[in-house]
Amino acid sequence: MLRYTLSRLLSLGISLAVASVVIFLAIEVLPGDPAAYMLGLNAQPDTLAALRDELGLNGSLWERYADWVGGMLRGDFGTSYTYRSSVSEMIGERLWVSLPLALYALTLSTVIAFPAGIWAAARRGKAADVTVMGVTQLGVAIPNFWFAMLMVLVFAINLRWFSAGGFPGWDKGFWLSLKALTLPAIALALPQASILARVMRSALLDTLSEDFIRTARAKGLTKGQALRRHALRNALIPVLTIIGMQFSFLLAGGIIIENVFFLPGLGRMIFQAISARDLIVVESVVMLLVFAVVLVNFMVELAYALVDPRLRARA
Amino acid sequence: MSTAVTERSLGAQMLRNRNLLIGGALTVVFAAAALISFLWVPYPVDGVDIANKIKPPSAAHPFGTDHFGRDILSMIMVGARTSIAVAIVAVGIGMLFGVPLGLWAAARKGTLLDEVIMRGNDLVFAFPSLLIAIMITAIFGPSAVNAIIAIGIFNIPVFARLTRSGALALWQRDFILAARVAGKGSARISFEHILPNVANLLIVQGTIQFSLGILAEAGLSYVGLGAQPPIPSWGRMLAESQTMISFAPHMALFPGLAILLTVLGLNLMGDGLRDMFDPKLRRGR
Repeated sequence: MLRYTLSRLLSLGISLAVASVVIFLAIEVLPGDPAAYMLGLNAQPDTLAALRDELGLNGSLWERYADWVGGMLRGDFGTSYTYRSSVSEMIGERLWVSLPLALYALTLSTVIAFPAGIWAAARRGKAADVTVMGVTQLGVAIPNFWFAMLMVLVFAINLRWFSAGGFPGWDKGFWLSLKALTLPAIALALPQASILARVMRSALLDTLSEDFIRTARAKGLTKGQALRRHALRNALIPVLTIIGMQFSFLLAGGIIIENVFFLPGLGRMIFQAISARDLIVVESVVMLLVFAVVLVNFMVELAYALVDPRLRARA
Repeated sequence: MSTAVTERSLGAQMLRNRNLLIGGALTVVFAAAALISFLWVPYPVDGVDIANKIKPPSAAHPFGTDHFGRDILSMIMVGARTSIAVAIVAVGIGMLFGVPLGLWAAARKGTLLDEVIMRGNDLVFAFPSLLIAIMITAIFGPSAVNAIIAIGIFNIPVFARLTRSGALALWQRDFILAARVAGKGSARISFEHILPNVANLLIVQGTIQFSLGILAEAGLSYVGLGAQPPIPSWGRMLAESQTMISFAPHMALFPGLAILLTVLGLNLMGDGLRDMFDPKLRRGR
């Protein structure tokens, strides 16, 4: 297990190093001067010089990269040009919207997908199966931001059960905040739940055709018992993989959904930074999200190794 | 992998394949709408007709008009071009780079080259594609071309992985051994014998990536990072409709339905093609 962990850790480090170089160079290849780009056409020469200095643009390429990465490792993500405040603090505030949103959506997706997938597999070919497969086919094809708009129309504008957007803040009350995240979380969860339910179903059907299930049936278990006691556990590995992968979709998908509901999360922060040409913020937030995704994938891989000893041996 | 069916039974199979029929029909409708829009649209999409703005669906405007008085049906027809063009080129980029990389990795299985290609793929695959698309458009400016590049890059590992795994199985087969005995090099074998035999896999995956490309383009355009005005695009139509959804829901309804039905059609067609190419799979699932 130790060797496996170390080898995954090494690949985690390489991924992050490559990602940071790519993100850093992407900003570097920007034609012309980033400071001039950020300030626009009518910049005064002394403001430009001051910003260049502040951005550390006068150092060599290597020095600037080392500064950026070194700063992030110490938790210093630089200073936002437009807001004149620390990017780390801005991220800290926004994370309290984006992270709960992603977790809320992941929970919804799992809670919906598990029973739906199991139900469809248990009633294979029957009406239940056809219904689940049809609904999930739609769920995969629907653009989630459009679904979000339709929910706003029905539940916020017509029925007035929810507000159409915005976020009160956790200090204004837990349930109030959770309510504000409910429609966004449903919109985010719908396509993911559809994918997960389909994976759950096909993983179950795969294990249900294994010999050990026949053995279990032969020793007198009913179909339902065999499914619950033996098939479910073995179907969990592909399902876990998908759940891990979905986290990255939820983080990235959250970027668009936050814009539908005007939620003050990382996604809106990125878009505000893009329109304000605040590249420091864009660079740091993208790096942070990539870090989060790579880290989650790493943890999922470790989780498999704990579940499935064969994977440890392969490393 | 090769489908040993005669012409007649293939046709009969396609008729019995409900996914393929429905999916194919939906896809044809939208492809036709895009093509027809080059020759004819009910109303011009670049004109402003304020007298007719925000009209609900009627006989003259079956899908209604938008806040500039433009006909929504015409906008959707022209917008189909954008979606289809972006998705086709993005899938093309993925195949153009991904397939040779996958063939190459499989031909050099177990070597450092294979390892580098596969780890590189894992790396690209691990990043949320939307995030990198946002990064690219943030730096180089929002445009349909940058959206294509961003979506295309993420298709590369998809096709590389698929091609490699398909090719690896084929390299064990006798007919490849025969080709080697005949003195063919691995590059020639890859293109002459392996590629035609993984084509089915690639077509099925291509259909699915196509639909994902349409969704991605719609998402990017919705947040203003895709096709720019005056090019009509479904995603931007939705973005423009958002503030008016309470009194003009038709402006949001029809472009969204267009995206949903196109993506649904492509997904069904992908499933149908997979069933047709590989009936084993259908029984297994």
